[in-house]
Amino acid sequence: MTTPDPVTVFVASIFINNILLSNFLGMCSFIGVSREIRASAGLGMAVTFVLTLTTGINYLIFSFVLEPLGLEYIRYIVFIVVIAATVQLVEMIIEKVSPTLYYVLGIFLPLITVNCAIFGVSLFMVIRQYSFLQAVAYGAGSGLGWTLAIVALAGLRHKMARARVHPALEGAGITLIVTGIMALAFIGFSGMVAM
Amino acid sequence: MKAITFLRRSYTVSTLRRGVWDENPVFRQVLGICSALAVTNLLFNTLIMGAGLIFTTAMASLTVSLLRARTPQRVRMMAQVLIIASYVVCVDLTIKAYLPETSEALGPYVGLIITNCIIMGRCEAFASKNPPWVAFLDGLASGFGYLAVLMFIAFWRELLGFGTLFGARIMPEGFTLWTLMSMPPGAFFMLGLTVWLCRALMPERRET
Repeated sequence: MTTPDPVTVFVASIFINNILLSNFLGMCSFIGVSREIRASAGLGMAVTFVLTLTTGINYLIFSFVLEPLGLEYIRYIVFIVVIAATVQLVEMIIEKVSPTLYYVLGIFLPLITVNCAIFGVSLFMVIRQYSFLQAVAYGAGSGLGWTLAIVALAGLRHKMARARVHPALEGAGITLIVTGIMALAFIGFSGMVAM
Repeated sequence: MKAITFLRRSYTVSTLRRGVWDENPVFRQVLGICSALAVTNLLFNTLIMGAGLIFTTAMASLTVSLLRARTPQRVRMMAQVLIIASYVVCVDLTIKAYLPETSEALGPYVGLIITNCIIMGRCEAFASKNPPWVAFLDGLASGFGYLAVLMFIAFWRELLGFGTLFGARIMPEGFTLWTLMSMPPGAFFMLGLTVWLCRALMPERRET
């Protein structure tokens, strides 16, 4: 297996293996929050921040604690606890250090614990056997990719508000189809970076 | 006595019906669609995934309900996540042991059952307030509703994307495969259309 350098992993996870558009992770909050550009951007920032942090922490715990002890199979439980704890910690630290940032990210942080993207990235990192730098690059890239997708969709939905949509297709239905078209466009990026 | 049995049975039936159709987690509440999209390119994988989810939802609901009086309110969410995670570990190990190839194909999505909002939603909204038996049924019903929608999507995606059903060739030789259907955008389109179809068949009761 060839190991791509961290920069490649970073770029690829934004455009080619976009966590949302090609791995379908983080859909729940995606549909719910993507009504407003400002809120989407805020949530995207929070996700990117937490994602970068938890991927690194989970990597260290997995390769220095779980693997030597042969406890790989309880990684699900460990990862989910790490994510929940990190989110809580980050919330407290931000509140103390930077009230402005807390004001921007605050309401989104509790939502993140149950965001499948965070958990999914940690699992992918284990399956793809990344090194520490690759894992962190992958986490950060996935976060940015997710932000890109959700902000773009929020913009589209803003425009769509005035379009006439069949009543049964309104809301979730049309959002999914628009996301499909966006995923189609992102396929055009494949081949940009040799994997 | 008879009347009570009848009532109980009809309550059972209505709980099942509600989970499968009236409050179907996928097209009614738009929950848990991460895995709905990711695993539906082949019917067999979908079936395994759905079975795992039904087991997890039902058992987690049962356990949460049994422990509902003993769980402190403040750590409720964390306790529920840990219960769900333990069952998912069971499912994961079982699939790995008996169906190693499927386990490889499903990749991280078995683990992602943990963050599937359906289970959390059922545990939080229903199982933490109801007796074990009803909670178990409710979990079962939500799981089946989820599986039904997934199978519907997977049916079309496998038929059009690969020309097969459960790996058996259905379409004639000359059939042009809709490669798009086996790729991510196909999943989004198919789910969007399914939501449309189901909502058109039974219009939502508007609640204010």
